[in-house]
Order: sequence, then C-alpha cells, then structure tokens
Amino acid sequence: MQEVIMVKYGEIALKGLNKHTFEDMLIRNIKRRLKSCGEFEYSRRQSTVYIKPLSEDADIDGAIERLKCIFGIAAIQRSAQLPKNWDEIVKLGMPYLEDVLSCVKTFKVDAKRSDKAFPMKTPDIQRELGGAILSAYPHLKVDVHNPDVTVILEIRDTHAFINAEKLPGQGGMPVGSSGNALLLLSGGIDSPVAAYMMAKRGLNVDAIHFQSPPYTSERALMKVEELCEKLTPYCGDIRFYCVPFTEIQEALRDNCPEEYFTIIMRRLMMKIANKICEEKDYKALITGESVGQVASQTLMALACTDKASDVPVFRPVIGMDKKEIVEIARRIDTFETSILPYEDCCTVFTPKHPKTKPVISEVEEAEAGFDFAPLLEKAVKEIVIKDFKA
Amino acid sequence: MIYLDNSATTRPCDEAVKAACENMKNNFGNPSSLHKAGIEAEKVIKSAKKTILAKLGLEGEIYFTSGATESNNTVILGTAKAYKHNGKKIVTTSTEHPSVSAPIDKLCEQGYTAVRLSPKDYDDFEKAVIDAVDSDTFLVSVMWVNNETGFITDTAKIYNGVKRKNPKTIVHVDAVQGFCKAPPKTLKADFISLSAHKIHGIKGIGGLFVAKNMRFEPLLYGGGQQKNLRSGTEAVDLIAGFEAAVKYYPDCTEKYARLNEILQERLSALEGITINSYNNTKNILNFSVKGVRSEIMLHFLEESEIYVSSGSACSKGKTSGVLSAFGVTDENADSAIRASFCPETTEEDIIALADGIKKGIERFRR
Repeated sequence: MQEVIMVKYGEIALKGLNKHTFEDMLIRNIKRRLKSCGEFEYSRRQSTVYIKPLSEDADIDGAIERLKCIFGIAAIQRSAQLPKNWDEIVKLGMPYLEDVLSCVKTFKVDAKRSDKAFPMKTPDIQRELGGAILSAYPHLKVDVHNPDVTVILEIRDTHAFINAEKLPGQGGMPVGSSGNALLLLSGGIDSPVAAYMMAKRGLNVDAIHFQSPPYTSERALMKVEELCEKLTPYCGDIRFYCVPFTEIQEALRDNCPEEYFTIIMRRLMMKIANKICEEKDYKALITGESVGQVASQTLMALACTDKASDVPVFRPVIGMDKKEIVEIARRIDTFETSILPYEDCCTVFTPKHPKTKPVISEVEEAEAGFDFAPLLEKAVKEIVIKDFKA
Repeated sequence: MIYLDNSATTRPCDEAVKAACENMKNNFGNPSSLHKAGIEAEKVIKSAKKTILAKLGLEGEIYFTSGATESNNTVILGTAKAYKHNGKKIVTTSTEHPSVSAPIDKLCEQGYTAVRLSPKDYDDFEKAVIDAVDSDTFLVSVMWVNNETGFITDTAKIYNGVKRKNPKTIVHVDAVQGFCKAPPKTLKADFISLSAHKIHGIKGIGGLFVAKNMRFEPLLYGGGQQKNLRSGTEAVDLIAGFEAAVKYYPDCTEKYARLNEILQERLSALEGITINSYNNTKNILNFSVKGVRSEIMLHFLEESEIYVSSGSACSKGKTSGVLSAFGVTDENADSAIRASFCPETTEEDIIALADGIKKGIERFRR
C-alpha cells in the first residue's frame, strides 16, 4: 500500500493568477528541506502537494517534522493512497488506521468527495465508513463533538486518501515569496521571534549582529550564531553579518552626552544596516522592538531610530507583551539560548538615566559632536560574513 | 598563553596524560572481569587509592566518582538517607560551591533546615561552626579552601570540636581547592570530596574519601562496582591520570607565597585596587579594580592571552553572594578578578598580569 504525505496550502490557495509562482516557491522550499530525508516524488493537484516516498528507507517521520516548520503550509496529512473502490478502501484502509485507532476511545469521520463521479454521496460515505471502523475496532465509540481522533477520507481526482491525523502547519507564506530583509539580531529573546514572524510572511531573512570585544565576549557571538542555527528550520538559509562595533561605541562614549548613548547607538546600527541593505539589496530591516519595553523603545525613541533608516523598519513584536514573545520563543526553541547570560553590545555603556523622550533635533545635535562616518565605513568594510544552511 | 585560572581547571600534567594514554592503549580491561586483563586494571585502581590516601594522610576508603559534584551530592544526599534518625539539621557556610549548597537546598525542601554561616561575621570562624552544632545536627559541611578567595578553614579543628559536642554529627569537607595546596594538618573529616582536574589531572574523575565505619546510600544503582556504593565501570584511565597528578603535584607553599607577594606589591602601585582575599592559600588572589567591571577586564586581558577569572563574581550581572559573605561590597564584587596559580606559574606571568591590569585601568576606568 502506498503512503503519501499530503501538504495543504494556506493562504496560497487564495491567490489568483500568480498562484503558481507561490506554489513553485513552496515546493522548492520543501524539496530543499527534505533532501536529507531520502527520495520523494512531488506533485501538485487541487491545492495540495503530494509527497510520495520513492524507497523503503525514505524517512517519512523526519520529513513530517521538517514540514511542520515550513511556512506556507496549512496542514500536513500522512495518508494511505487507495484505489477509488469502496471495498478496497475498507479492506486496505482499516488496517492502515490501526496504529492510531487502537490507542483511542472515540472518533468521528469526515468525508470529502471532490470527485463527483464517485458513486456514493458524502453522507453515505460517512455512514458506511463509520460502520466499517466500528466493526474493525469494536472498542471505539462515535463522538461527533469531542472525538479523540477524526478519520478523514478524501475521494479525489485520481485516488482516495485516508488518514486519522491532520497536523497543523505553520501557516503563512513561503519564505522568499515576499523579498529579502535584514534582521538586527542582538541575542535577546525578541529578535529571533521577530525573524520568525517576518519569515512567516514570506520574507527571506538574513541577520546582522554588532559585536564589541572586549566589552562583549566571544560567547555572546557563539550564542547569536546558535540562534541563527535555531532559526534555519523556519527561515531557511541565513546569511550572518557580524559588525565590529567596539570603536564606534567607544567614540560614542567619549564624544556624546551620556543620556543619548543608547538612542545614538541604535541610530548608528540602523545606518550600518542601511549600508548593507543598499549593497546587498535588502528591502527592509527587522527588529525585535516592543513599545515601552526599555528606554530606547518608547514611541519618541522609536521615531528617532526610524529617522536613521531609509528602508522601512519592521517590528513584528511591537504590540506584544514579553509573555507573548516568550511563548513563541519557547515554541521555536530559541528561548533557552536567548537567556544565556552573556553581555551584548546593547548593554555596554548603558546610561544611568537614558532619555525616554528624545527629540530628533536634540539627538542629531548630540550626534553631530563627532564625525562617525569614517568609523561606520570602516566597520562595514570589516564585516565578517558567515552562512547558516537550513 | 599565560594561564592564571588554575582554580577553574588546570592543564593536565605530562605524567597524567602519559599514564592515562598508557592505560588506554595497553591496559584497557574491565576491572570487574575475572581474567588477567581485568585484574591488571583493578591493580591500577588499588594503587591510585593508596596514593591518594597517603597524600591525605588519613585512614579510610577512596571511591572514584565522575568529579567533585558527584562526590558532594553523594555525601549530602546519601548520608541524609543513611542517617535519617540522626537529626534534620545541617550546619554549613554561605560560601560553599553550588554542588554543595544545591543538594542542601534540595534537603531543605524535604524538611531539613540549614544554618549557613558567613566568615565575615566571626573572628573565629571554626568556633562559630562548632557552636552552631546541636543534638539535631546530622551533618556539618564546610569547604576546606574557598574557590573564589582562597580562604582556609581549619577543618581539623572543626572536626574535633564537632565530635566532642555531638559524636553522631557527620563532618563533610569539600577539599577540591585545598588538596595538594593547603596545609594537610588543617584537614580532617568523615567524608572528603576531591577532584583530579584541579591538580593537573584529567576532567571527569573525582574522589570521595570515606572514613572508617561511615555509611551512605549510593546515588547510582547498577552493576555493584566499588562495594555496591558507586555502580558503573571505573574510569581506569582517568584514575591512572589522577594518581599520576597526585604524585606530580609539588609542594609550592613557598613559591605561591612569593608569587602572591609580588602580585600584591605590583597591584598596590596602582590606584583603586582592593585585595579581597584574606586568611587564604597563596595560590589564589582575589582583588577588585575600582571602576572596571570584571567581565570587561577579563576579556581585555584575554586579548593578550592572559586568562583569569571574574571569580564567578557577576554571573548574570548579579553580584556574588560568596564574595559578600567575605565582606566584599557589591561594587567591589562587580569588579573582582581572581588570579590562581599552578606549579608552572612564573614571576614573569605575574608581572604580565599586573601590567595588563594597569593597561586595562588606563583604557577602561572612567
């Protein structure tokens, strides 16, 4: 009996004439991620990608684990592919469901008949299937409201498909379908979550990090690299730009008023990130800022930061509470890494009393006390690039 | 590389590496096997036990563990079970290593109480420990030498005093930092925890000294090795390395005293240095550099390949409870540096460190 993984699209299904471009991208992403799981055949019909293992040793469980992280997928169904003949469906389908059905107490059936030429009508299919399951598994009871499992039978164009577990996908859009953006990755809890959320909207996310040795340790860098690795199952390949930031921070400390340290530092980071955007064609920046979390994330501070950027700055966690951000961080497994206690460049030279309501004219004046341009140029030149593969 | 973080770990000495390799290649039998290969492996363990006991100068049994963390856990949790009718109180210090304080915390969750004394509160710390013992005290656990400051506790004095007061009270000493370094006459206990990698042995092997007639419930159950008290095939190669390290470690009392003096002298020429160590073994010197956070100084020194420790002072930005128990202020704890020496440390190393600190102050102090 042939097993297939049926991958149902989310939003893509609603697209119009350009739907196939999104589908192509999704399938390309899936193929790339499933390469290490063995050989599969891919086909698509009726808003579904069919993934058929081509050999015995193809790792279906591993493939499903990976699919769960890929954006653009609404649901994943591991199914038996059956001939469109009722007796065959029962004969082959009942034993296939044994693993799941032997461990539960209640079930319901959900039949879909997209092939209207199939001789039985949907209500008949539901009734017959329910009866077949009850006689094959007499310990079960029907519960249409709160079943332990739902057995799904789909009569489609070429075959019938039966399964008893529909796994939720990540939703969203295929990574790459919305263009390229650059994430300011600090090492805290918020920025990896921001990356995840924008990748979910189809952005291809790369990351930039600012490093200030000896104020920050090599471990802080290792931590950020680990975060990149943890993001790849969701974001795909990540290019990582590491900016040497010590000189700039020291110049900032020596030449600007203390209360503006953080806000000017944020602006200088934006300026460097903008240079990378220009050179490497990123269309937006992503940060993990959330309103009111720290002094540099007040409305007025954010406005000052924004003024330093030519490209739009996306802040997907802007309206989220820490608790909500942590919840996502735990789900995508970046939390434990993020809370490793290494100093990052944002906490070096933290002013005792930072300006919480900075005005752009004052900030620009404070910034003008020193010509940062040559140092910014130098920092961009000395960037170290590392690639993280999904 | 100038390695001055020998309280964290040491470079395995050539003798230890050689002994371990030799065993891996030519003596790889399982000490529990009945045949000759097994017997030869067992001989290595027997010999190591003798060497360690001789170094301790005490009579009893040595068990090998995965390290001092396991030894400490075994004693604290294992004696609580074996002597559950001897009382529910533990007397200890607020300067213990987490592998002692954490299992004690666990016992406190189960109805035990712990009295934790700080050296800064007493002129005669040993007497304070003895005074805290009462008829309900089943365990006294004190470290011999503190890992952050080098503070020495005379555990022999404590042992004798405790036993006079309540003979049933067990005395445990975490001797990891003192072994081979502190004066042996200040060590006496029912249970003693040891670690090989602090004395130029290899990581992953530790020892537990158990005095005669002392009992404990094992932490691990299994094949019944080591008299059924520590199951698991003995790490013969590491044990051989442990023995070699004990034999190697020379008496450095005078050398450490000289190095310590030189460092203090050099540092005293700089402004804003506070020495945090007192009553200490001279292989450790803890000091604070006013106005420069430990971590920054540490990474700065690292750039010239000088390795020290921030004295585990400000992990996660919190100031060390241990240093404050020695009377160090929060501000000083935040800028504390620990230098710790080994038999190979030279005067030049110490001078390089002092120079590095000087440069660090020039660059970072505001």
